[in-house]
Amino acid sequence: MAKRIDVSGLNAYYGSFLAIEDISMTVEPRSVTAFIGPSGCGKSTFLRTLNRMHEVTPGGRVDGKVMLDDENLYGAGIDPVAVRREVGMVFQRPNPFPTMSVYDNVAAGLRLNGKYKKSEMDDVVEKSLRGANLWNEVKDRLNKPGSGLSGGQQQRLCIARAIAVEPNVLLMDEPCSALDPISTLAIEDLIGELKERFTIVIVTHNMQQAARVSDRTAFFNLAAVGQPGKLIEIDETERIFSNPSVQATEDYISGRFG
Amino acid sequence: MDITTDPQKPAAAPVPHQPPAKDAERAARGATRPGDRIFLGLSRGSGILVLAIMAAIAAFLTYRAWLAISEDEANFFTSFEWNPSGTPPEFGIAVLAFGTIVSSIIAMAIAVPISVGIALFITHYAPRKLGGAIAYVIDLLAAVPSIVYGLWGALFLVPHMDGLFGWLDEYLGWTGIFEWSGGAPRSLLTVGILLAIMILPIITNVSREVFRQVPRMHEEAALALGATRWEVIRMSVIPFGRSGIISASMLGLGRALGETMAVAMVLSPTFDINASLLDPGGGTFAQNIASKFNEATVMGRDALIASGLVLFVITLLVNGGARMIIARRKEYSGANA
Repeated sequence: MAKRIDVSGLNAYYGSFLAIEDISMTVEPRSVTAFIGPSGCGKSTFLRTLNRMHEVTPGGRVDGKVMLDDENLYGAGIDPVAVRREVGMVFQRPNPFPTMSVYDNVAAGLRLNGKYKKSEMDDVVEKSLRGANLWNEVKDRLNKPGSGLSGGQQQRLCIARAIAVEPNVLLMDEPCSALDPISTLAIEDLIGELKERFTIVIVTHNMQQAARVSDRTAFFNLAAVGQPGKLIEIDETERIFSNPSVQATEDYISGRFG
Repeated sequence: MDITTDPQKPAAAPVPHQPPAKDAERAARGATRPGDRIFLGLSRGSGILVLAIMAAIAAFLTYRAWLAISEDEANFFTSFEWNPSGTPPEFGIAVLAFGTIVSSIIAMAIAVPISVGIALFITHYAPRKLGGAIAYVIDLLAAVPSIVYGLWGALFLVPHMDGLFGWLDEYLGWTGIFEWSGGAPRSLLTVGILLAIMILPIITNVSREVFRQVPRMHEEAALALGATRWEVIRMSVIPFGRSGIISASMLGLGRALGETMAVAMVLSPTFDINASLLDPGGGTFAQNIASKFNEATVMGRDALIASGLVLFVITLLVNGGARMIIARRKEYSGANA
């Protein structure tokens, strides 16, 4: 299931503005990789290039290579819609479909992919909700609107929705920044469980969170406002937080700027 | 509360004088400063004025309608007669209600899907410049006076309907609804088509605004699941915009129900009901009032007012129905997100 991501020489633009420049990195399967860095350094933009969501922004454009195992996501003839079915995404603000029930939210991705029998669908929905540690809280209200859940539950519902289609990679764009500490803890625990099945990439502003959940950490920075964001270094999380090889990383982590 | 006597704060700084506490209390109640008072009065007055105008219209219509209906020898709701000046006066609104409702249904059936399609094209498919140009043209359409639509309908649309009528008669004539005996195509179908064109701009404009407000994150939720553009529209845009589409349609329906001049210029009214939409049959409330008002006697005018009251009630019912549809889906509406 889980696949390796291998990025080389990737640039992303908004119109003529170069937002991130020349990024190369490898993300191992069944691991959690965290992206940290100051605001505007391009970590979210980079995350969105990994499932071709960057190009849905008007003017968004990418060059370079993103290999998912041996398939280039930006190769000729690759359908971005198919890429997004393979690389799931969870957003900063919980965004369940407001007009759908809890059940339909989880089933939404499956329904895009084709016909399922009712019993198969029930199984996948239950499995996904269990996988997102949400089943016990919502099993009695599967037919109630998803927007009626609490913020933390909504975010786990979004995770259930993303994993229901069995993606190879799960991207998370600051998934806890809109949540309280208890809900955050629930999501972090969940990330620990999910990494056994998926390759996970998480953008976070919270360095403690990066230290808690990730195996590897990538630090992004930009020289100045208006300059492109760059990958400064990527290494084992323990090393990044104890003995980074670049001075800027240490400055950022110890709170000397950013 | 008088803070100077508060035993909890004996050592508080010497309080200069009492009035500030009183001022604060009054300020908290609102409406102390002249600006606040004037604005409160103006906004409250506007609110009451709306209710008063509505009540005045309803009272006037009801009173004059009652004068006529109490003299009516025929059944007001089922009679096909319209002879309020006769002795005894006989008139009923069955034909008018039929014509009004049928022509509006035709208009809605044509205009709503097309409007929603145009609105989606402008907001989600067209390049920004093209979308802007189309939106501008639609705005222009909304500004055309209805008498101009009437002229166009009578002088252009009617002479060009023969082909469509012939085709409908040939292939769908067996249904009875589309049977055509070959007369001038000044029937309810032509009126419905003209009304559809007239209500298209308002439905398009309101839907467009609603679609534009769909939060980006809802669309991205669908995109990230691997939805195609059409699937994004189906999963995120249309559900979010549903109540807006209903409201937009109701605005359009309101205009279609009450449209007067354009209908009067296109329709050749008859005082009977015909199953076929292509043959003469029926009139509409507004058209009937416009064409009969000038020559009407006092009794005739009151009878027309009675028919106007029915139109008023139908409009209220339609609006109430739309609100119920919207309210029933409320917990699933995008507003909760």
